[in-house]
Amino acid sequence: MYATRTRRARPEPFALRPGIAERLGLPYMDAQLGLAALGLAAFGVFTLGQATQHDVPGSPNYFLDRQAIYAVLGLIGMYVLARIDYSRFRELRVGIYTFLCVSVSLVFVFGFAARGSRRSFDLPFFSFQPSELGKLLLVLALAGFVIDGARRGSPWQRTVRYLCLGFAPAALVFMQPDLGTSLVYGAITLAVMYVGGVRWTHFAVIGAGLVAIVAVVLVIAPAVGTPILKGYQEERLTSFLNPSADPSDAGYQQNQAKIAIGSGEKTGRGDRATQTRLDFVPERHTDFIFAVIGERYGFAGAALVLSLYALLIWRALRIVTLSKNSYGTLVAGGIAAMLLFQVFVNVGMNLGIMPITGIPLPLLSYGGSSVLATFLAVGVLQSIHMQARLSQRSRFAW
Amino acid sequence: MYLRSDERGPAMNNRLALRLALFGGVALALLGVLFFRLWFLQILKGDEYLAEARNNRTREFRVTAPRGEILDRTGKVLVDNRTSLALQLNAEKLPEDPRERRAELAQLGELTHGSLRQVRKLIHKELKLSPGAPVTLRRDVGHYLVYYLEENQDRFPGVEVQRVFVRNYPRGTLAAHILGNVGEVSEEELKEPRYKRLKPGDEIGQDGVEYTYDHHLRGRPGLTKIQVDALGQPTKNGQLLSQPPIPGNNLKLSIDAGVQEAGEAAMASFGLRGGFITMDVHSGEILALGSYPTFDPSVFTRPLTQAQVDELYRDPILAPLTDRAIAGLYPTGSTFKPITAIAALESGNLTPSEVIYDPGQLVVGGQVFTNAGEAANGSVSLVSALEVSSDVFFYTLGLRMWDSGDLQHWAHALGIGRPTGIDLPGGAEGLLPSQRWRNQLYKEGETERPWSAGDNVQLATGQGDLQTNPLQMAVAYAAIANGGTIVTPHLGKEVDDAAGRVLEEFDPGPRRHVRMDPQYREAILEGLHDAAQNGGGTSFDVFGGFPIPVAGKTGTAQRPPYEDQSWYGVLAPYPHPRIVTFVTMEEGGFGAEAAAPAAKTILEAYFANQLSRGTGSEEGEG
Repeated sequence: MYATRTRRARPEPFALRPGIAERLGLPYMDAQLGLAALGLAAFGVFTLGQATQHDVPGSPNYFLDRQAIYAVLGLIGMYVLARIDYSRFRELRVGIYTFLCVSVSLVFVFGFAARGSRRSFDLPFFSFQPSELGKLLLVLALAGFVIDGARRGSPWQRTVRYLCLGFAPAALVFMQPDLGTSLVYGAITLAVMYVGGVRWTHFAVIGAGLVAIVAVVLVIAPAVGTPILKGYQEERLTSFLNPSADPSDAGYQQNQAKIAIGSGEKTGRGDRATQTRLDFVPERHTDFIFAVIGERYGFAGAALVLSLYALLIWRALRIVTLSKNSYGTLVAGGIAAMLLFQVFVNVGMNLGIMPITGIPLPLLSYGGSSVLATFLAVGVLQSIHMQARLSQRSRFAW
Repeated sequence: MYLRSDERGPAMNNRLALRLALFGGVALALLGVLFFRLWFLQILKGDEYLAEARNNRTREFRVTAPRGEILDRTGKVLVDNRTSLALQLNAEKLPEDPRERRAELAQLGELTHGSLRQVRKLIHKELKLSPGAPVTLRRDVGHYLVYYLEENQDRFPGVEVQRVFVRNYPRGTLAAHILGNVGEVSEEELKEPRYKRLKPGDEIGQDGVEYTYDHHLRGRPGLTKIQVDALGQPTKNGQLLSQPPIPGNNLKLSIDAGVQEAGEAAMASFGLRGGFITMDVHSGEILALGSYPTFDPSVFTRPLTQAQVDELYRDPILAPLTDRAIAGLYPTGSTFKPITAIAALESGNLTPSEVIYDPGQLVVGGQVFTNAGEAANGSVSLVSALEVSSDVFFYTLGLRMWDSGDLQHWAHALGIGRPTGIDLPGGAEGLLPSQRWRNQLYKEGETERPWSAGDNVQLATGQGDLQTNPLQMAVAYAAIANGGTIVTPHLGKEVDDAAGRVLEEFDPGPRRHVRMDPQYREAILEGLHDAAQNGGGTSFDVFGGFPIPVAGKTGTAQRPPYEDQSWYGVLAPYPHPRIVTFVTMEEGGFGAEAAAPAAKTILEAYFANQLSRGTGSEEGEG
C-alpha cells in the first residue's frame, strides 16, 4: 500500500519555459488517443478517395473532399472540446438533455426524408443528423444525472429513472426510424449505469426484460398481427443467420460483403477489387466501408484498422481510470462503450456475424454528422485526460 | 491492476476497478472475436471467397462454332450448315413478380409450341446444369416469331434471339443412315471422356459418321468473358477474354454420291425393305451403303412431332432408322455358297474338278433336302454347281464337314458373325451357327435338339440359323476376290480443313489375312462369273447383256413367316474385281428377281462414273 501511494514527480520539460506546445495544452493531451482517431479518419478519407472515384459522374473526389472537410472540422472541434473543462457539461445536463430530445424530435417536423426515414436536417452544405451528435449529448447528460441523483431515491428508483432518461431519446430515434442508432443509445445508457454502480441484480432484471422485449418484438407481436419492427428491419436483424441468394434481400448483401472481405486475402486486391467496385456490396461508402478496406487492402489493412480501434478503446478505458472526478469516469465509460458497441456491431455486420442494423463505423464511414460527433466525443475524452493531468500537475509540479 | 499506480485517478475505488476490469475484458473479447473472424475469412477461407468474387463478376458468352461439312469422295457436299435463329431466355432478367413471370413463361410456351410446364422444366434443367447461362427454348424459330418478339421486346424481358448453326442436307435423304444426325449433348454424355470439354447445350453427333468422327467435325466454340457489375451490366473496358470460334474440319467420305444415289433409287423402285453396300475389295472403302426405307435427316434439326416420332421409332416392321446393310440379321441363301466352297476346298473335302451327282435331293438322317424348284442338275463340278446354284452339291459339302467345324472355321475367318470394324455405330455382330453353339444351347435347355448334320447342310446353303448382313457378306466376298485379305470396311476417307488442305487420311488397314490357294479362288470366281453371264447361270437374265464381265451369285433365303428374301452379291470386273456389291431385299423373292437388278443399277452407276472420269482425265492430259 505504501508503494502505491508514493508518487514521483515526472520531469516536466515544458514546465519551466512555457512554449507554444504548452500554451496549446498539447502535453496534457493523450497523444496516442489523438493519433488513433486521426489515423482512422485519415485511413477513411484515403479509402473513400480510392473506392468512390466513379460514384459521382464528373467529380471523382466528391466523397473524398467532403469527408476530408468533415475530418478537419472534427479535429478542430476535438481540440476546442479538449480545452474546455468537461465538468461544465455536468451543470448543463438538463439543457443538454432537453436539446437532445428536441433536436431528434425536430426531424419529424423539418426532417429530410431518405429511404423512408427522417433522420436529418437538410442544411445548405450538408445534411445534419442530430441523432449522431445525440450519442455524445446522451453520454454527457446521463452521466450528469447519475452523479446528481446518486443520493436521491432508492436504488430501484434510481435505476428506473436512468432507464427512462435513456429510453426517451432512444424511442424518439427508433421512431424516425433508425433502429441502429437507438440501439447505440441503449448501449450508452446501460454502460453509464454500469460504470455508475447500478447493482448487478438490477442488471439481471434488465437483462431478463430485454430478452422478453426481443421475444415480443420478433416473435409474439408479428404472431398476433401487430408487428413493431418494419419488415425490412426484421429481415435485416435475422437474415445474417441464413444468408440467401436473392440479390434483393439483406442476406445477399451481407453475403456479398463477406465475399468481398474474404477475397482480399492477406494483402488485398487494390484496384482489382470487384466486389466493392462493381456494386456487389451496397452502401460501400457508409455502412459497408469495412468491406471495402477488407477487399482492397486485405488482412493487412483491415487488421490495422481494427488495431487502431483497439488502441482508441484502450485509451478511452484508460482515461476512465484517470479521471479526476466521477463525472469524468462516467462520461469516459459511456464514450468507450459507444465506440466499442458501434465498432463491434458494424465490423461484425461486415464480417457476417452481426445483423444489419445501419450503424456507421466511427470515423471511417462517410458522413459529416458521424465523423464530427465521434471527433467531439474524442475531444471530451481529451478534456478528461487534460483535466486529470492538470490536476496532477497542480498538485505535484508547482 | 493493469494501471500504473501513479496514473490512477482519485475517483477510483475497488468496486469500480472491478467493473472497469470486466469492461476491459469484454472489450478485449469482442475485438478478439472480430480479429479471429477477419483472420478466418481472409487467411483461412480467402481462396474460396476470391474464387467466388471472380465468379461473381464475370459472364461467359459462348459462340457456337459451325460443324465441319461432310463431303463425298469427289467433294460433293452431303451435309453443311445453315444459320438459324434460336430463342434464348436469360432467366435472371425475368420479371421478379411471380405472376408476371408466370404470364411471360406461359406466353413463351405457347409461342414455342409447348406448355408452361415444359418451359419451366426446361429452364430448371438447364439452370441446374449451368447456372446463369441462357436457356435455349427453341432452335430454328421462324422469322415471323422473331419479328414479333423484337417488336414486343418490353413484353418479353430476358428473351434473346441468337444466331445458331443448323445441319443442312442439300441432297435430302441421300445417305441418311451413313450421315446420322446431331443433337444436344445429354447430361450422361457429358460424363464420358470423349465429351470432356463440352458444356451443356453443345451439339454432338448422335449417329452415323457424325458420331464416329464427331471430334473432327466439332469445332471449338468461341468464348467471350466480360466483367459485369452487380446488375449484370457489362463494365467499361471489361472484356477479359475473347476467343473466336474455330469451325470444325470437313470430313471427306469414301462414298460416291452417284453410286449411292443409284443404289437408293434402285431400292426405292422396288419399295422393299433391305440394304445394299458397294465396297472397294482391296481397301475396304465403302462407295455406297444404304437401307430402305430411309428417312429425312433434317427432321432432327427441330423438335420432332408426335407423328414423326411414331413414324421413326414406333414402327417395328419398317423401322426406317435401322441401317439394314450393317444391322440386318438375315440368312443369306445361296450367296453363302462361295464361302462353303472355299471351306471345302481348303479343308480337303473337295477338289476343283470333283464331280458330284445331283439327283435333285439329298436325304440326311431321314430329312429330305431338295433343290430350289426341285430341279435335278445331274453331275456337277464346283464351277457348274455355282453357275446353276446346285443345292445338292453344297448340301453334300455341308454333310462332309458337319462335325469337323471346317465350314464354321472358314466362315468365321472370312468375317461372318463377327464385328467388321466399320466406322459406323450400330452394326450387328450376327450369328454363325456351330456345333458348340447349338450343343451349349441344348445343354441349357434353350433348344430341343443338339447339333446335327442337317444344321450344317442348311448352313452350307446359307439357311437355318445363320444371321448376317450385306456388310459381312461383302467383306467375305472381297476376301475371296482379293486373295484372302479381310479388309476393314470404312467410310471416312480424310479430314480436310476449311481451306481444303488434308489434315488426316484414314486407312484402317486390313483386319487380317487368310491364306487361300489362288487356284481355288479362281475356280470360285469362274463359277460366279458363269452364274452371272453364262447362258445357264442363275442371274444370266439380269447380267447376260452387261458390258462389263462380272461374277455374281443370287440368293433366296427362306425366312418364315416372311416371304423369301432376295440376295445378290457381285464382284466386278471379272476376273480381277475392284468392287463388291451386295444387295438384299426382304420378301423380294428369288435373288434374280429383285436384288440382282438393283445390284446391276448400282454397277451401271459405278462403271458409268469410272468411264466418264477416265475419258475426262485423258482429255485433260491431251
